[in-house]
Order: sequence, then C-alpha cells, then structure tokens
Amino acid sequence: MKPTLLSPDGLSGLIFLALVAVTVAGALVAVAAQRLVRGIAGLSLCFIGVAGLYYFLNSPFVAMMELLIYVGAVCVAIAFAIMLAEPRSEDKVGKTSGLGAVFGVIVGGLAFLGLALAGRHTHWAGAPSKLNSGSITEVGKALLTSYSLVFELISVVLLVAIIGALVLAQSGRDK
Amino acid sequence: MLALSSQLNTYLFLAAFLFAAGLYGLVQRRSLIGMLISGELVLSGASLNFMAFNHFLAPDPTVGQIFTLFIMGIAAAEAAIALSIIIAVYRNYQTIDAEDLHDLQG
Repeated sequence: MKPTLLSPDGLSGLIFLALVAVTVAGALVAVAAQRLVRGIAGLSLCFIGVAGLYYFLNSPFVAMMELLIYVGAVCVAIAFAIMLAEPRSEDKVGKTSGLGAVFGVIVGGLAFLGLALAGRHTHWAGAPSKLNSGSITEVGKALLTSYSLVFELISVVLLVAIIGALVLAQSGRDK
Repeated sequence: MLALSSQLNTYLFLAAFLFAAGLYGLVQRRSLIGMLISGELVLSGASLNFMAFNHFLAPDPTVGQIFTLFIMGIAAAEAAIALSIIIAVYRNYQTIDAEDLHDLQG
C-alpha cells in the first residue's frame, strides 16, 4: 500500500522527508563549517529536525523538551562561549590538517557502515503488546514512581554542574 | 518513499549518521568548542536510537522517553561544565585550539 502524495499520510510522509533533510543538512553544517558560529547554527537546525522526528515517534513532550533544552539553552550557551573565546585570526580556524580530515572520514564512515549494517541485518523482535500508551501522563507517573530516585539524582547532578561551572569560570578571572 | 516514517530502519540509519558525523567532527575539529558541538551530535544520535526502539519495540513506551530526558539533562550539565572549562582555558592560554594547549615543549 503506497500512500498518494495528497492524502494525509502522503503529506505527513513529505513533512517527515523534509525533517530528515533538515537533520542531515544541519549535522553536516555543524561538523564541516569553517566558522564556529555557522557550526552552531547548523547544530540548532539539526536539533530542530530531531525534535520533529521525536514528534513522529509519538512523543510530543520529548520533542518540546528537545527544543527548549537543546535549541533554547545548550546552543545559546555555546554561542555565548564562541563570542567570548573565538580565535580572532580566521586562518587559524580554517587551517585543518588534511590528515585529520582523512582520518575523520575513515572513522566516521566505518562507524556509519557498521551501525547501519548492524541495524539492517538484525532481526528486531517487537513486544507482543504495549503496557500503556506512552502519553505524557504515563511519563509523569513513571518519573515520580519507578524513576523517582534517578529524578532526584539528576537534580543533584545539575546543581553540582551549576556550582562547578560558576567556580571554574571564576578562577583566573583577574588575569 | 512516503511511508518511511513508520519504519524502524529509517531512524536507525539517521541515528547512525548523526553518530558518524559527530565522530568525524571530533577527529577533524581543532578548536575545543567544535569538539563540544560534535559531542552533542553523538549524544543526539544515541537519543534518537532510544526513542526509535522505544516507539517500535519496547513493551513500556515510557522508558525510552524518560531515558532521553535524562540524556538531555546530562548533556546540559556536560555542556555547562565544558564551556566553563573552555572559558578558563581561554583566559590562561588566549586560544582554544587543541594543538596549542601545551606547556611542555616536546
């Protein structure tokens, strides 16, 4: 059964293809751009695409969090760091060693081939039935019952990270 | 082509691509912030894998979502720490190029 282009399924398939294209293009810009500012723009583009894919995977809450945390917080923080510490001379950024690029292509290509082949040739056995719908209500219940310890622990981790970041950024301030 | 969104392999290939792109960036980038950006790509590939398996295979479809949320929290903490380290390094060395960050000659 092949959905036609103008049916609802066909249109959502079209949107999915667009999201995949956005993700791939964003990732390529993020790793290949000469200037770091363009790299961070590509990274946020890639995260927007991934958020759309999460929406297709039936979890709008995680998609929203992806937009809020990654695009809204992490990318903006990295952009600020680039403004504070970007190397001034352009030629320094552009001077990538050819050996590193070749080695990177080899390593990345091998990793992609290996993972893709493993994913393709494994027989994935699905669960016979789902325990619940995976809605945001179920996620909230699970977070506060089964995963409550992890939930508390990650808040401690974030607190330590905030304090650590402040201490690290303050040291050597008067230099 | 239009029914790709309901196949597990699409997501697996895309996650593998994100991981490989991040790995390429980690090897090839010379500045510390570029490496951090590539690391975020690797983490996002892992999250996408979790979400795909969660949607298509897992008996309890909340587990993968919660795991992805925790990955996001850890990634945010990691980015904050890494950025403040990068700023501190920049204050001391006036550069964030990984090959210039050495004190000993050799």
